[in-house]
Amino acid sequence: VSALVECVVCPFCGCLCDDLTVKVDGGRVVGVRRACANGRGHFTAYDPSPRLPTCAGREVDWADAAVEAARILAEADSPLIFGLASTSTEAQRKAVELADRLGAMLDSTSSVCHGPTALAMQAVGEPSCTLGEVRNRADLVIFWGCNPAVSHPRHFARYSLYPAGTHTPNGRRDRTVVVVDVRPTASARIADLFLQVQPGADFRVLTALRALVQGRDIAAGEVGGISAARLEDLAGRMRHCRYGVVFVGVGLTMSRGRDLNVSELFSLVAELNAQTRFSAIPMRGHGNVAGADQVLTWQSGYPFAVSFAPGYPRYGPGEFSAVDVLARGEADAALVLASDPLAHLPRAAAQRLEEIPVVVLDPAPSLTAQAARVVFPTACYGVDAAGTYYRMDGVPIRLRAVLPADRPTDEKVLERIIAAL
Amino acid sequence: VSERFTLITGRTFKQGRGLYRGKGSEAYRASTSLVEMSAEDMARLGIEEGQVVRLRTAAGQVELAVHPGALPCGLLFVPMGPAASALVGADTAGTGMPLSKGLAAEVEVE
Repeated sequence: VSALVECVVCPFCGCLCDDLTVKVDGGRVVGVRRACANGRGHFTAYDPSPRLPTCAGREVDWADAAVEAARILAEADSPLIFGLASTSTEAQRKAVELADRLGAMLDSTSSVCHGPTALAMQAVGEPSCTLGEVRNRADLVIFWGCNPAVSHPRHFARYSLYPAGTHTPNGRRDRTVVVVDVRPTASARIADLFLQVQPGADFRVLTALRALVQGRDIAAGEVGGISAARLEDLAGRMRHCRYGVVFVGVGLTMSRGRDLNVSELFSLVAELNAQTRFSAIPMRGHGNVAGADQVLTWQSGYPFAVSFAPGYPRYGPGEFSAVDVLARGEADAALVLASDPLAHLPRAAAQRLEEIPVVVLDPAPSLTAQAARVVFPTACYGVDAAGTYYRMDGVPIRLRAVLPADRPTDEKVLERIIAAL
Repeated sequence: VSERFTLITGRTFKQGRGLYRGKGSEAYRASTSLVEMSAEDMARLGIEEGQVVRLRTAAGQVELAVHPGALPCGLLFVPMGPAASALVGADTAGTGMPLSKGLAAEVEVE
């Protein structure tokens, strides 16, 4: 019997679009309305039929797999728990509990996306707002080092460019859109202004903008490949807008300067609030990577790169972050929750995951799962499991299950592993 | 011929499909095993679309097919995935974040 489910939340990216209509037939999602192509694929490609976990490639029952996972992690001297980006806050909380019980190192994929943004937040503060405020108020929208046309396809339509809001009744016509990037991206094509910055020069450009916004002159004719006249024009638009917002991309966090780039941007935005209203929002990639920061912070005091080895949480970006502990060969077992480090971490770090026993919880087959000792094919939050995700602006949103639950959730599997310790 | 470039890695729409379609497919391999280069640089180095070149950074080297991309001269783009991961080093300068954009890279054309 086919059924239409309305107001469904898409868990794919940090936009968490909550206006989807999903068609269910024969225990599968067969159609999705209003989603982007990735959102649609996320629902329709998922096969919810129950599968048994595997140990060393052989199918075993759930209880035996939990016992083997607990044995691997308990016997390790220095286990690492990593990932957490595409799972619920309820499961993330269990991951913290497991790390605490094991004395493990705990890190999320934040460390390789917006970890530097968290460092900047701790250094200078984060002048933030919600996407609802952006939609209803923002008349100057800046995308710095991000390409939402590709990474967050419905961001423009739902939040930042096109919707008519309370104080932006004419939608796109009431907004000035600026893109700053090292290349002319698909997003740059829909902008009113595109500023092409030289790779690695963002910090200098931001410093020049801070000076201009404070009313100082800059002697240089150009900064980071952008002429002084264009920077003066942008600074003027920033000072004279009614409500500005900057969306912060990994173009700033992954390039030379890292957290210092973001600190400079947050400082610029904070200083603009002496003259007008201005905010910044990081463009978070995976559906609940923002939730990982939230849960780790409320449970341990720190957003990522936490070690429970001393018996209490210790914070150490560069020390307890996944790339560092793997590249140095310090982790001797790992539990990977809802992420694929073998595909995405630098080779020198990823190859450690092929040398040590790894436990994987993931609804979809991943490169990490292919090489893992124990694999749990878990339910997919927002499709066949309910759970809470945090949107990129820090707003928690409840995901419903649109299919009957035939697979155990990450939360339940982690509970079983903890019980088997 | 060999020449120095600046390399950035990043997401693409096709690469993102691996998250729900799985990463064992030929489509995923193809979507992550390419390097984008400006048409001007391709013409100057005499590289045809689809031609395989060797790309080398301090961290490693891979062979990738060249595609024309909307890039300024001197800049290369490789989609996130196993090839990009072989080119990115594990030094995080105490932040946890490896330098994934703005890497010095050398292109070798046979």
